[in-house]
Amino acid sequence: MNQTIVSYIEHLTDKQFGFGITVALFFLAVFLLVNVMAIIGGLGTYAERKISADIQMRQGPNRVGPYGILQFLADGVKMIMKEDIIPTQADKLIFTIAPLLCLSGVLASLAVLPISSGFTLSDLNVGIFYLLGVTSLVGVGVFLGGYASNSKWAMLGGMRGASQIISYEVPVTLTILMMVMLAGGLSLNTLISGQTALPHGWYIFHNPFSFIGFFIYFIGALAETNRAPFDLPEAESELVSGYHTEYSGMRFAFFALAEYIEVFVVCAVATALFLGGYKVPFNVGGDGPIGQILQLVIFFSKSFALYYVVIWVRWTLPRLRVDHLMVICWKYLTPIALFNLVGATLWVYLFEGRSIYLILKHFAEAHMVGGGH
Amino acid sequence: MEPSQTANVYLPTFILILMATLMVFGALLVGKFLRPSNPNKLKQMAYECGEDPVGTAWANFNVRFYVIALVFIVFDVEGALMFPVVAVFRKFMEVGSGGAVLMSLLIFIGVLVQGVIYCWKKGDLDWVKSYRSPKELKK
Repeated sequence: MNQTIVSYIEHLTDKQFGFGITVALFFLAVFLLVNVMAIIGGLGTYAERKISADIQMRQGPNRVGPYGILQFLADGVKMIMKEDIIPTQADKLIFTIAPLLCLSGVLASLAVLPISSGFTLSDLNVGIFYLLGVTSLVGVGVFLGGYASNSKWAMLGGMRGASQIISYEVPVTLTILMMVMLAGGLSLNTLISGQTALPHGWYIFHNPFSFIGFFIYFIGALAETNRAPFDLPEAESELVSGYHTEYSGMRFAFFALAEYIEVFVVCAVATALFLGGYKVPFNVGGDGPIGQILQLVIFFSKSFALYYVVIWVRWTLPRLRVDHLMVICWKYLTPIALFNLVGATLWVYLFEGRSIYLILKHFAEAHMVGGGH
Repeated sequence: MEPSQTANVYLPTFILILMATLMVFGALLVGKFLRPSNPNKLKQMAYECGEDPVGTAWANFNVRFYVIALVFIVFDVEGALMFPVVAVFRKFMEVGSGGAVLMSLLIFIGVLVQGVIYCWKKGDLDWVKSYRSPKELKK
């Protein structure tokens, strides 16, 4: 098993790189990945507008480039030309570093994103735990952004954001605990290697508890990324624009970019934990570069499918009220997640970690052998 | 694995954070040459729907946020404590001592559930505390 992208390249070319070349290769890989993610984030805004237009029977952006696909570049140019305003009464230092915290939290989580078995930047042995840790930086960024603006709308948005993000972290953590138990390891490669490429071996169909767990994770992830129907921190009809009311130009763009990349990251984690990750059916392509590219395609297709669902949910469901939000988190999702954790523990203990498919298969085989003779 | 690799695995994290810093400050620096800069007093005022802002926004928060934060800390610490146990649970099962780990895990989760029930009964999980059904108010 390759630990980092550099060790994969070493394995492929049969060489040993020194420290300098390792750092250079990492820089190159990170640069590529960050650019790809920035484009995914940009196209996310485009997809959001196009899909919402589709749902509401409108045209959506269609002027810039073919089908308006270059809209996000035009938006970027507009953002960079905007005047940069820092309110006089704001806390200037915190105001400056809040978007940076958001973006660095999201980008740091890309380090363990298992895009394929070889191209993963770094397969940390504490992978999913690291991911939970660094994505909490986004919550800090949201809260500090709201606090530093010294504007009442931003303050309310930041407070709501902080309470919402930390609340929904509890069911998400408990669900991830359950998946770690099924896989028996924290690294994302370990989590994926317990699954098969075809749906019968995915962890979502492993047992009834992980099936419920998928939906808990997905709801929690929606809330953690401040996506509708949980977009209370930036509820535009109540709080003007929430925690980034006072931000303009590029500073606002980084909040938006961080949000869209984070949505992709949570979709990717859901793919890795529940939907078989990068596994290619029948191991087509093997471990070589072609296999890696097939794995990339599979992984990104699954993640984009989930991304579509996230956008679809946003334009279908109305926003929750703030007390309903807390009730859903603490009175429904958390107890269900605890119940799931206990259930999955007992399942692993009683059935020795076998999935429902394997149990049924064994049962059917035993039955057929018994009936045949 | 060789020891050199174990140190290298955290390199991408630092490079990514460096990249984020470069992106934020680089874009702001590039923007500096492109964007207009005509600050005035009205523009730099906090937005309050066109009114002059009254006082500061750094006022006392509602105490509910603190309660949520406290409950969160309890749960998050418990989650962090459970991570190592669940990560090795299957290995313990392989060597035949899964039952002991299972029991300790169940006791741990049992204590956690007691905490939830306590908070629930005390009404700390209700966002609006006075929002009770008439039946409850009669008691």
